[in-house]
Amino acid sequence: MLSVSNLNKRYGDLDVVKNLSFDVPSGQCFGLLGPNGAGKTTTLRCCLGHTKPDSGTIRLAGLPVPERAREARMRVGVVPQFDTLDPDFTVTENLIVYGRYFGLSKRECLARVPKLLDFAGLTDKANARIEELSGGMKRRLTLARAMINDPAVLFLDEPTTGLDPQARHLVWDRLKMLLNEGRTIVLTTHFMDEAQRLCDRVAIIDHGTLITEDAPRALIEREIEPVVVEVYGEGVEEWFNEHAHAHSSRAELAGDTAFCYCRDPEPLMKTLESKPELRALRRAANLEDVFLKLTGRDLRD
Amino acid sequence: MTEATLTAALSDHAPTANRWRFVHVVRRNYLVWRKLIGSALVGHLADPLIWLVGLGFGLGSLLPSIGGLSYMAFLGSGMLCYSVMNSASFEGLWSAFTRLKMQRTWEAILQAPMTVADVVIGEWVWAASKAMLSGIAILLVMALLGLVESFAALWVLPVLLLVGLAFGGLALIVTALAKSYDVFTYYFSLLLMPMMLISGVFFPAEQLPKIVHYIAQIFPLVHATQLTRGLVVGTPLDNIPLHTFVLVIYAVASVVVAIWLVERRLAK
Ligand SMILES: Nc1ncnc2c1ncn2[C@@H]1O[C@H](COP(=O)(O)OP(=O)(O)O)[C@@H](O)[C@H]1O
Ligand SMILES: [Mg+2]
Repeated sequence: MLSVSNLNKRYGDLDVVKNLSFDVPSGQCFGLLGPNGAGKTTTLRCCLGHTKPDSGTIRLAGLPVPERAREARMRVGVVPQFDTLDPDFTVTENLIVYGRYFGLSKRECLARVPKLLDFAGLTDKANARIEELSGGMKRRLTLARAMINDPAVLFLDEPTTGLDPQARHLVWDRLKMLLNEGRTIVLTTHFMDEAQRLCDRVAIIDHGTLITEDAPRALIEREIEPVVVEVYGEGVEEWFNEHAHAHSSRAELAGDTAFCYCRDPEPLMKTLESKPELRALRRAANLEDVFLKLTGRDLRD
Repeated sequence: MTEATLTAALSDHAPTANRWRFVHVVRRNYLVWRKLIGSALVGHLADPLIWLVGLGFGLGSLLPSIGGLSYMAFLGSGMLCYSVMNSASFEGLWSAFTRLKMQRTWEAILQAPMTVADVVIGEWVWAASKAMLSGIAILLVMALLGLVESFAALWVLPVLLLVGLAFGGLALIVTALAKSYDVFTYYFSLLLMPMMLISGVFFPAEQLPKIVHYIAQIFPLVHATQLTRGLVVGTPLDNIPLHTFVLVIYAVASVVVAIWLVERRLAK
């Protein structure tokens, strides 16, 4: 459905996307993961034909991009990173006006509106103004708007950033419905739980470069030890220097918390028994651990 | 339908789809305008009426007729162009910039199978259409005041459309380059206002020094005023092809440049 090979994009003398290649087969959910500034949005913009890559080839819905991007977008729905709903229109009008850009008649749009409102859980907001909607409702409306042309593939740029947990779960639920209908989804996120929940495959990119790509489970198994012990409290540094490395395959101290990655946590837990002032959390490794291992803990802005 | 026929049907080479896509953008703006129709119509009608009657009666009684024309008739025909210019510029500057930058409306449209050219041409046609409404309102007011010679004055409508397209296109160029609203105030006070003063809108340009008179010929407004005055109140009309040609060039060249600039701006 989407295939990207050797994509390069520079802004000035900054390489924003470097030699990026990936394939998204039909019906799959593909996640582009990366910290802020990694080049996720730029990659999507290239895929949709909004900006011309410096080199590389892209095919979307069977068509070469950017040459025939406009036609390819006929079968695509897009949820952009920032809200682009039309504040001059009501909820229903937003859907109808948007459908016209796809060449749908008003009647065709009207016929699709009730189902889309239901899908977005906005039926009782049909005639509300955009400014009356909460952040979660706006996202869902944007998603419904992206569905007006019954697209085969959806591009979602950070679909749940800024939403509260209830709203995020609702969005995830809708995206799963779309996947069950056989649609393809390409999404970017920096929420690892989101990626782990939805994506068949994820690609982790940083500074425009693909670091690794696989199914979330496979990545966790391949890249990282199965158990993580987090330790914090008075004197954690001393304990860390004494025991952490001896009893775990990998350990790091970030701020006031020690992260120890191990196959067998028992020996490590034993060293903690004599230290009641230290608190420990033992859990299974997840995608976030992989992400932090591969992209580091430094802050990005 | 097979993939191939579907692709062909959606292709850019399907002429109907291609040429008329801009209409969606015009329609979008029209639908918003329609919601505010009350205040819009009052603005279109009340504004020129107040100006025309106020200035016309006030100044007109002090001034002798201009080349056999009452000041009110002179002023009215000038204001036709002036208000079309104003309205098209306002729409192409403040309103278009709001849709480009503040509301991200253009960005949303471009996620659909629309191109930058569709969007810019839609805004251009919309700015000119809305501006024509201002013109038509003044024409009505003038007719009510008995200032219009005959139904032949309706020939002024295509001219007003051209004026709207010329100034709408120029405004879209400025919008494509603008970082904020500030620059629009400069465009208005440093370019449009002086242009208005030397183009024979409120007083005959012949009174000005020769050199200023020549400079005015570079800009579209003087050509617009000449044509309009001739068509509406029957002043002698010469150089029709030249005046029309200048307006057409401004209209077409400006929109081509605006498309190119917006493409450059958004493709970054
Ligand atoms: N239009 C642009 N001009 C210059 N630099 C840009 C532009 N768009 C993005 N960048 C830069 O490219 C890098 C990647 O940006 P982006 O693709 O938005 O990252 P992400 O979506 O992963 O946060 C950032 O350093 C950003 O500043
Ligand atoms: Mg981004």
